[in-house]
Amino acid sequence: MSNILSASSLKGTARYTWGGDEFLFVEISEAMSLAANFKSNSMATRLGDRALAGVTEICPANASLLVRFDPDVLDAAELEAATREIEVEVDNTAHPVLNTRLIEVPVWYDDPYTRETGARFRSGHQRPEGTDLDFAAEVNNLSGADEFIRRHHSSPWLVSMVGFVAGLPFMFQMVPREQQLEVPKYLSPRTDTPPLTVGHGGCFACIYSVRGAGGYQMFGIAAAPIFDPAQSLADFKDFMVFFKPGDIVKFRPVDEGEYKSIKDQVEAGTFVYKQVPVTFDLAEALDDPESYNTKLLENLNDS
Amino acid sequence: MTLEILEPGLSTTVQDRGRFGHYNVGIPQGGSMDQLSAEIVNALVGNSAEEAVLECTYLGPKFRTSAAAVIAVGGAPVEVKVNGATAPQWEAIELAAGDEVSFGFLQGGTRYYVAVRGGIDVPLVLGSRSTYALGALGGYQGRKLAAGDEVPVGDTASGEVLAGIAPELRPAFPGETEIRVLLGLYDHRLTESGLATLLDSTWTLTPVADRTGLRYSGPAVEWKAREQPFGAGSDPSNIVDAGYAVGSIQIPGGSEPIVLHRDAVSGGGYAMVATVISADMDQLARSAPGTKTRFVAVTMEEAVAARAEGKALRRSIWG
Repeated sequence: MSNILSASSLKGTARYTWGGDEFLFVEISEAMSLAANFKSNSMATRLGDRALAGVTEICPANASLLVRFDPDVLDAAELEAATREIEVEVDNTAHPVLNTRLIEVPVWYDDPYTRETGARFRSGHQRPEGTDLDFAAEVNNLSGADEFIRRHHSSPWLVSMVGFVAGLPFMFQMVPREQQLEVPKYLSPRTDTPPLTVGHGGCFACIYSVRGAGGYQMFGIAAAPIFDPAQSLADFKDFMVFFKPGDIVKFRPVDEGEYKSIKDQVEAGTFVYKQVPVTFDLAEALDDPESYNTKLLENLNDS
Repeated sequence: MTLEILEPGLSTTVQDRGRFGHYNVGIPQGGSMDQLSAEIVNALVGNSAEEAVLECTYLGPKFRTSAAAVIAVGGAPVEVKVNGATAPQWEAIELAAGDEVSFGFLQGGTRYYVAVRGGIDVPLVLGSRSTYALGALGGYQGRKLAAGDEVPVGDTASGEVLAGIAPELRPAFPGETEIRVLLGLYDHRLTESGLATLLDSTWTLTPVADRTGLRYSGPAVEWKAREQPFGAGSDPSNIVDAGYAVGSIQIPGGSEPIVLHRDAVSGGGYAMVATVISADMDQLARSAPGTKTRFVAVTMEEAVAARAEGKALRRSIWG
């Protein structure tokens, strides 16, 4: 498939550098790609499996990996050597797969809450008239907001990184680069974004986990929580953050009625996300993305 | 025993040594911004270094004790008042039930710490009592204190109350400071003159400084022009969103460097060019707006040696 880095082109290319005396930073690639993200996540998993004394945080990101360590326990050079070994192991994996889960995320697109927020920050926007969806459709040469929304929820997205603030997933669309939805961020960040807003900046989608500032264009609102410090819902019983790097997300459009019904279930404590375990095969996904995605998404129908 | 909060102050939060192991999902380490000051006040009241304290920012709280208590106040210089009468900083203070503690104006720095014998006893969340207000997590109900709050204090302390702390161990709060950094991460994306500007200029801390990060004013810093990689955003200071090292320095658009601190956002799309060494994070946190700051490049060996010196100093506090 065109323009997408294959796994083999990233062999041995990582750049190792230091963030002070406590952080090792490994840049897998300057550019975003499924393969770079896959390599970052695979290295993170293997580094975690080694359980090196002195490693305190392992943070895989879109196309890089950040490792925190205690230099009193683990020498920087030793950590770098171990991480380089792991890079070689990952590069030499013949058939890389990721055992993960496919999650359906209900979204009310073009909802009044998002419209209201967009309207409040209209002056200074790239396209002061209309909505962020209108703008996104225009810059992607699509017929209109409806077509953009259809493209947004018809293909799966890989959670390529969780962070910025607690539990916020960055998602990368699992389609060839020329089909990827790309939208510039706001020219000047908003001072307010409602929690659960579905946003988009550059090639990344996100769901805002907490209320606050934000620079991503806004398309809709997710119906169910993704960060729950009170851990009141079943999906949060083990941990207050729902998403993990490597999760695969399928957005499902819902209307006002269903949005409200999901809200009621959340309120009653009965809501659970529809999710199924899946094995993500990088080579197959890169080889024929369209058939691979169709096959992958069928898992949700069978469940 | 509780502290009844009569006035909350500007931003008073419960903090401890921090919350580690969840930065990979965006939950920052948090913890007292000036760890050394917090550690000293804990030592003064006979607490262990792990106990939670109150972190007071600029304008402190006013509180009343529900029972006899021992407290100590350290960090930024401020007048401490018990029932209106001046009490010392950097010494244990014995309080009777119903005593009221309040504070005057800061005479430097940004934050001071109140330790109470027994420790602030809010529930542990993910292994820490630190407040992460953005995530409404930890501390007292996940937020800064408000009037009417009754802050619980533990009833056991492991150590003896200390007579005092040697003056030379007390942190300083100067208006000019040198902060040591290790170059790296994306420093190769700056031009030679851009890098020289970062290291040769005197930077002034702006009022945009909080637990997340500190923003500095000064000259423009030049980035190398390039055709941006896919997914990286359009400005030369942009990268594909990556994890942010705590203490790392980013220079969005080539102006006003931001140094991330203990409540750092865990990642984003701005290239970092250097990172404050762990030994100097407390000193950075002591800066008040207007502080003239120079970033001095050191080697990894020097950073590790400075860290060891800091550890030795802490050991001397605990005797």
